[in-house]
Amino acid sequence: MENLRDKYEVVIGLEVHAQLKTKSKIFAPDGCEFGKEQNTEVSPITLGMPGVLPVLNKEAVNMGILTGLALNCEIPARCKFDRKQYFYPDLPKGYQISQYDEPICVNGYIDIAGKRIGITRAHLEEDAGKLVHAGADGLAGSSYSLVDLNRAGTPLLEIVSEPDMRSSDEARAYMEELRNIVRYIGVCDGNLEEGSMRCDANISIMPKGSKEFGTRAEIKNVNSFSALQRAIEYEIDRQIEIVEEGGKVVQETRLWDDNSRETRSMRGKEDAHDYRYFPEPDLMPLEISREWVEEIRAKMPELPSAKRKRYMGLGLSEYDANVIVEQMGLALFFDEVLKLGATPKIAVNFIMGEIAAYLKEEKLEINETKLTPENLAELISLIEKGTISNNIGKQIIFDMMKEGKKASQIVDERGLSQISDIGAIKEIVQKVVEANPDQVAAYKGGKVQLLGFFVGQVMKETKGRANPKTVNELLKEILG
Amino acid sequence: MITIKDVEHVAKLARLELTEEEKELYTKQLGDVLKYVDQMNEVDTSNIEPMSHAIDFVNVMREDKVIYEQDKEQLMSNAPEEENGFFKVPRIN
Amino acid sequence: MNELLRKTAKEQSEALKNKEVSAVELTKAALERIKDIDDKLCAFNSLTETTAIETAKKVDGKIAKGEDLPLLAGIPLALKDNMNLVGSRTTASSKILENFVSPFNATITQKLLNNLVPILGKANLDEFAMGSSNENSAFKKVHNPWDLNKVPGGSSGGSAASVAACEVTLSLGSDTGGSIRLPASFCGIVGMKPTYGRVSRYGLIAFASSLDQIGPFARTVEDAANLLEVISGHDPKDSTSLNLPVEHYADSLNNDIKGLRVGVIKELMSEGLAPDVQKAIEAAIDCYKKLGAEIVEISLPNLKHSIGIYYILATAECSSNLARFDGVRYGYRTPDADNLLEMYTKTRAEGFGPEVKRRIMLGTYALSSGYYDAYYKKAQQMRALVTQDFVEAFKKADILVSPTCPNTAFELGAKSNDPLAMYLTDIATISANLAGIPGLSVPAGFDKDGMPIGLQILAPQLQEARLFNAAHKFERANDYYKKLADI
Repeated sequence: MENLRDKYEVVIGLEVHAQLKTKSKIFAPDGCEFGKEQNTEVSPITLGMPGVLPVLNKEAVNMGILTGLALNCEIPARCKFDRKQYFYPDLPKGYQISQYDEPICVNGYIDIAGKRIGITRAHLEEDAGKLVHAGADGLAGSSYSLVDLNRAGTPLLEIVSEPDMRSSDEARAYMEELRNIVRYIGVCDGNLEEGSMRCDANISIMPKGSKEFGTRAEIKNVNSFSALQRAIEYEIDRQIEIVEEGGKVVQETRLWDDNSRETRSMRGKEDAHDYRYFPEPDLMPLEISREWVEEIRAKMPELPSAKRKRYMGLGLSEYDANVIVEQMGLALFFDEVLKLGATPKIAVNFIMGEIAAYLKEEKLEINETKLTPENLAELISLIEKGTISNNIGKQIIFDMMKEGKKASQIVDERGLSQISDIGAIKEIVQKVVEANPDQVAAYKGGKVQLLGFFVGQVMKETKGRANPKTVNELLKEILG
Repeated sequence: MITIKDVEHVAKLARLELTEEEKELYTKQLGDVLKYVDQMNEVDTSNIEPMSHAIDFVNVMREDKVIYEQDKEQLMSNAPEEENGFFKVPRIN
Repeated sequence: MNELLRKTAKEQSEALKNKEVSAVELTKAALERIKDIDDKLCAFNSLTETTAIETAKKVDGKIAKGEDLPLLAGIPLALKDNMNLVGSRTTASSKILENFVSPFNATITQKLLNNLVPILGKANLDEFAMGSSNENSAFKKVHNPWDLNKVPGGSSGGSAASVAACEVTLSLGSDTGGSIRLPASFCGIVGMKPTYGRVSRYGLIAFASSLDQIGPFARTVEDAANLLEVISGHDPKDSTSLNLPVEHYADSLNNDIKGLRVGVIKELMSEGLAPDVQKAIEAAIDCYKKLGAEIVEISLPNLKHSIGIYYILATAECSSNLARFDGVRYGYRTPDADNLLEMYTKTRAEGFGPEVKRRIMLGTYALSSGYYDAYYKKAQQMRALVTQDFVEAFKKADILVSPTCPNTAFELGAKSNDPLAMYLTDIATISANLAGIPGLSVPAGFDKDGMPIGLQILAPQLQEARLFNAAHKFERANDYYKKLADI
């Protein structure tokens, strides 16, 4: 297969559905929180009762515009809503209100690792409800299904990329960057597992050097970044095999099964698809003035790419900058600490080191600990002032995360402040030298590596509080 | 001209089960109406904007607020089949 | 029958205020009348006695305390059965909603309740408001109070017949292509379709969303004007609702119409017009002349296409609006379905009547892949042209007049087997829905068989006051409104 792969070029485009984090639904005033009891976040509107009408949620529009700007899109002066019609039990009205030929965002792009991926369009629409299939794990073989319409009507922004990706790595990088963007601008949780962000992949292959794309298959049901990559890899191999055996790839929708690690045709489901789009008569069009766009642009938070660049400008390695940006909670925390004047390098060492380790160990997010940016900034300033040593800092950061105490408070309570008083340290150094005549003799006889032993003894006596630099200098002086 | 096959296709899209007699009847009746409608083609509309609304205004939106006016029981009370607060439907084929 | 039931709403309001009758007595008298004659008329699908009596009691309570009454408080009213009223069965005269109990109120319902207007029942209609004769109800056909062998017109046939037969004093209908004006004309009463967006559609079971509008029925123009005042106004639950203040139409009813430019629609005065109708309309034009109006001839060149345009746009929208009736969350579900697809196709085949199915089929076809441009988009472009015709016409005339229908009420069953002939009944009314302008039908005489003839008056968007003024002056210059059906 590896050799065969060299013969073909892969073409991937992604359609990503991002649930917008509004309080209420896009066309109804019901709540749309995840995980509520079935059919409790519903109203006559969400249930599609006879006579109800949709009214557009302004916040969903604002979030659509904000996302479009973050994705370098144009926001057309006018857009409208249309009905997309099909029957399914999770679609209460028998149509989904969406945007067909006049979407809210067009012609954008994002850059991933030096490559620009085009974004054709992004449009607002309503989510469908959820089905539970009884008597089987999934749809196949189930004896009946149960409908929960809590999710129905949740605002979605469908972001459609150009077919610009050429590998599963690129697809993953695009998806990760998109997720970072929507999370940083605060419009979406970006949680693939819970489905607040969902992805369909259009995949085709063509002989290398060809200019004509092959027939594409649309892969649905990829619920994680790794599943996306696995599904694409599987699909590439499947299509190559078909073409190599002289067959033709059929245009169809295929479902990824992450347990069996394969895509399956949803044959039969597609043959009658004719969505009969037409302009939604119950909603008036939107005219988005340039003032409105600029008002939203002014509120744009720093985007992940800019943040990365800024961190690297502060002296962080590309790796460190990437790792922090990937974890939004840490990055926002880091920014707060920087705002308080802390030295970036020390802050990043704490965040990437002890803090990250603790969070991983305890499976927590930074905001679930008791550590505040103010406290970390104070800790760093204590180290920089020489009040405590770096090592002491590394010890007490754990208590700060668990107990929420200020560093200065812990230092006072436990008497951990660093001894920089030369006289006091000299006394202890004298004591250590006198207590270890054999080692002194050995040192003087040339075993200079014993210096570490003496430093250790001094530190033990001072419970780590002695300024290591001073200790070193004094030992060298006294031992001669 | 609309054919029985068209009628069958449309009935499938509209999720309507039709008898053979209905298919024949609708083929004829829809044909008659469409023939009548085709008189529109006398008029050149190439430069005319399609009109979706009888009134002309834009940007009707509501604030993002959660409001419930009905209780759940009332809303579920018309369900043909219910199970544990879910709407129940036959197996999906 | 209590003679008070024959009075106008205005007279009944006076009687209530003067304590000649209590609101409960009036409501009970009306309910009794319905029980007496509705077997013959079939104007009601269901009665909402409890709500009606409760409301009437509140009115009497206010009268007892000497408080001011809201407009039309205590006046018996019927709601077309495609409007939601909490706790009532709201069926749209369809088997698919036969047992649907509304969990919410339409905005107009809430406004009526706020004004203490007793709602006595839900009036019969053509299934989902699709029809011109009211023969398409899944339950029973409404009969014309002037001749029980004739149709009352549709689709708001029950609403019109109940007012014409003095079962109630007022009623509401919905008008998508003439469904208020046509039955008003056939039943000899006033029926009015407001400017699109003037009255909230929230809670009205949609037929064709871009054309539907709720409006009043009454036996006089003044009563209709007051009822429109009660139900109109901006509704944040309806995105197509106009954000404009409510008008007090009664103030301008008696304005002088000297110099008013009355446009006669040429295309509606020629071929296919029944001779008695033609005579009556010519007499109406004369009447306007005598009242000092200036008569001008108006041409609406694209009017002849309006039925074709309508039957594409209305059916396309209805095919979509009726997709929600799928047997999942409410309404009828077929008892024998082994799987989901069968459940859908059988539920809808068994739940919808033939006219509804025919329109769903036509609308689905017009929107389907490959036909959208030829039918739907073309019809939308034609709609713009029809609207433009009105813009031009209203430069030359302040109001337009025509017969509401080229003929009077026909025999039950006369057009049942010819959908196209039935559709042509709406030739005079449909274009007002396409353009979103207000229109009304006011009694203008009787044909040789004693069946009522209606004069249609149209005005530019939001000129309801002008429309009522012109209609009121015509009504008072004649006495057709004083003659009531003998039933």
